[in-house]
Amino acid sequence: MTALRDITLLVNGQEYAVRVEPRKTLADTIREDCRLTGTHLGCEHGVCGACTILVDGSPVRSCLLFAVQCEGVEIETVEGLASDGVLHPLQEAFWEHHGLQCGFCTPGFLMLAKGALEEDPGLTGESLKEVLSSNLCRCTGYQNILAAVEAAAVRMRR
Amino acid sequence: MSYVGRSVRRLEDPPLLTGEAHFVADLDFPDMASMRVVRSPVANGRLIGVETAEAAKAAGVIAVLTAADLDLPPIDVRMTNASGLDPYRQPVLAEGRVRYVGEPIAVVIAEDPYQAEDAADLVWAEIGDLEPHLDPLRPGEFENGIPARVATVEKKYGDIEDGFEVSGHVLEVELRVGRHTGVPMETRGAIGIWDEAEGVVHMYGAAKVPHYNRSAIATMLGLELDKVQLHENHVGGGFGVRGELYPEDVLVCEAARLLGRPIRWIEDRREHLIATNHSRDQVHRVKVGFDDTGFIHVIDDEFWQDQGAYVRTHGATVADLTGAMLPGPYLVPAYRSRGHIVLTNKTPAGTYRSPGRYEGTFVRERILDLVAAELGMDPVDSRRVNLIPRDRIPFDREYSALATGVTYDSGDYERLLDRVVERLGYADLRADLERRRANGELVGLGVACFVEKSGLGPFDEVRIEVDASGSVEVITGAASLGQGIETSIAQICADGLGVNIEMVRVTHGQTDRIDRGMGAFATRVTVMTGSATSMAAAEVREKALEQAAGLLEANPADLRIERGRIQVEGSPEGPFVTLGDVAAAAVEAGGELSATAEFNTTHMTYPYGVQAAVVEIDRATAGCRVTDYLVGYDIGRTVNPMLVEGQLVGGVAQGIGGALLETFRYDESGQPLATSFMDYLVPTASETPHVEVMVSEDFPSPLNPIGVKGAGEGGINGVGAAIAAAVGDALGQPGAVTELPITPESIQAILSRG
Ligand code: FES
Ligand code: FES
Repeated sequence: MTALRDITLLVNGQEYAVRVEPRKTLADTIREDCRLTGTHLGCEHGVCGACTILVDGSPVRSCLLFAVQCEGVEIETVEGLASDGVLHPLQEAFWEHHGLQCGFCTPGFLMLAKGALEEDPGLTGESLKEVLSSNLCRCTGYQNILAAVEAAAVRMRR
Repeated sequence: MSYVGRSVRRLEDPPLLTGEAHFVADLDFPDMASMRVVRSPVANGRLIGVETAEAAKAAGVIAVLTAADLDLPPIDVRMTNASGLDPYRQPVLAEGRVRYVGEPIAVVIAEDPYQAEDAADLVWAEIGDLEPHLDPLRPGEFENGIPARVATVEKKYGDIEDGFEVSGHVLEVELRVGRHTGVPMETRGAIGIWDEAEGVVHMYGAAKVPHYNRSAIATMLGLELDKVQLHENHVGGGFGVRGELYPEDVLVCEAARLLGRPIRWIEDRREHLIATNHSRDQVHRVKVGFDDTGFIHVIDDEFWQDQGAYVRTHGATVADLTGAMLPGPYLVPAYRSRGHIVLTNKTPAGTYRSPGRYEGTFVRERILDLVAAELGMDPVDSRRVNLIPRDRIPFDREYSALATGVTYDSGDYERLLDRVVERLGYADLRADLERRRANGELVGLGVACFVEKSGLGPFDEVRIEVDASGSVEVITGAASLGQGIETSIAQICADGLGVNIEMVRVTHGQTDRIDRGMGAFATRVTVMTGSATSMAAAEVREKALEQAAGLLEANPADLRIERGRIQVEGSPEGPFVTLGDVAAAAVEAGGELSATAEFNTTHMTYPYGVQAAVVEIDRATAGCRVTDYLVGYDIGRTVNPMLVEGQLVGGVAQGIGGALLETFRYDESGQPLATSFMDYLVPTASETPHVEVMVSEDFPSPLNPIGVKGAGEGGINGVGAAIAAAVGDALGQPGAVTELPITPESIQAILSRG
């Protein structure tokens, strides 16, 4: 047990003042202290990608960061994707293409895809598959996730 | 316009897409404390004492509990309770003996999970090491005088000796399927809450079989049934392993009652890989007699199933299904199976998607490939010779599985094989692969045929209620593990009732909403719950028409319901009432617009399939890549094609894991070697090929009112078999693969033998 630290996190454009131990992961802090539970934990050792969020626009594993490292950066989670009740094209496409079954991996895939497509809007085919192979899904066999991201990419380019 | 048969997008998706869904770890209750389980670090030993004093003093700790603090019976067998299993049941916390690495010894309850984990490290268990037993073929003793060979499950028909006598050829082979399991992306979790005022214990995080678990927990805690309520939340995949009753489920309830605070336990991934049911892990020694035409006269199989340290809730289920389903779609006039359930010092094992069939199909289809190789036949032809002809179906196997007689209800197996052969462009594909092999590539094709089962009874009950706004609630004792049952059930209800699907809400997995329920396993929900839904909807519809007839002064037979509006058929401009109006009138008259229906069945329904895989092997690394995959499957009738396809494709991916990647290995001291996703390899998008799905609806099931058969397990069933055949073909040694998973090491070994 170490001394608590007061920090401010910027998540989905909103500031959260939280008091955490230095050892508390960013994922746990987002889930417990910011009460944004859409970011999921599937392994806590950096392999499954369920905890993927965007930090300054890039996909990162939030289970591998400490909250105290993340002051002054912009954090985006799945809760920030839809705006005013309108789904993001990626969310629409996952729905349309049955890109989820249990939905546990979905927030991680959505954030991974968002980060990847914002960096390279033309991402498609094998290179897209390679990017998406950094997250695990146990239900879908990935086929519909790939189809959904391809479809969303087309819409996002327009 | 009807909903059944259409790819309606899922009702359950919006909260899952926006992060608003609530999985058990997302729930927060005031004053909630965290539980951490202290687990055995050794595989086999005498538990001499558990020292908890230091942990109890650690920061934030509320309590440390060991077996001495609790008075709980072991966890009972839920299904397939062969006699004599009782001594092998797992205690909630170890007492006097530990039998696998990961076995719960104590629990620490603290203010937050970090503190609980810190303090758990301070609990010290004194254990006198014993020699671990790890080989099911050389079983030890479970306890003094109690053998580790628990039971033998037998299936038999026909005359074995006669069979060998008329066979010109006999082959014998040993085949193995490795230890792997479901590994859902969400680990397990449970929250126990004690409602002091009502004397009721609540458990959140239920799944799969909430009603059964409710009664089991009530019995174990000595409470009346109505003093235990289970609540299902969003569930991140089940695949057979999740939702069975485990020690931790009982512990959160008991700890909540003892301490008077909500107690939360969330499994971490390491725990999941050593504590949640493993599966498969069989060694088969099989002897087969066949003649010059390739016709198989007899299969005599003996197998050993390594079920780990204890007999858990599944009892003898896997061995039972292995023996019962092994002959698959083939005639095989004489057959005997003897399956030995053996305990070892590994994580206990239960069912995993297509239990007994993934293994049995591997064994059977290897046999069909060996027969073809021996006689110089094409592997598709060896199958044709043996398939049960259409005019012999319904076909009775003359024994039972899961206590129901095995009778294949409907189908034409050869016709499905023909279709797959046609879709593959089989002859051209073979020739093309031949050419590529001649050019030095290692590429091959494998085909597997199988029969699945679905719709396990004995009953399912559904209640449908309509309120004054016209919205419809379907309440079922089934469970959802992410398969999309809310949507399929709503489709069936909307059609039966004549309402828009948006008006239908499906409630499942809540023991306080419906008294009985069988849950979700054995691919039963669409068949059983779907049938009960269609019956209840018909009943509500009839009641509504009768009521409306009064209101509209018309004859009920002349009325129809469409989009929730009831009016005289053929006069769309005429007067109408809504379903909501009728419900309101019913309430006014002191009743309600609702119905409860029960669907019963004594037999399962048997869908069937053919799968084909093309693989490519890298000579340098001996790595195997599946490049193409085809699933042909007859499902009787499809409720939602998109969901069926999703089930089949997802199953194939899991099957590839078991065929090529996933395996729980142990070192000689019984330490598990796969305890993270670094060493337990689940397929990623890179290892998963595009899967082509060909669903047919040629043979609706005669056993239920909607004609459906299940899709949940048809994707995974044949994958090990098809890939094994494809690898053998690629290496030019059709019978070479005798073990799953097929690792680069085993391919290397075959190559160097070649
Ligand atoms: S939970 Fe972070 S990668 Fe798995
Ligand atoms: S949808 Fe269940 S893990 Fe991906």
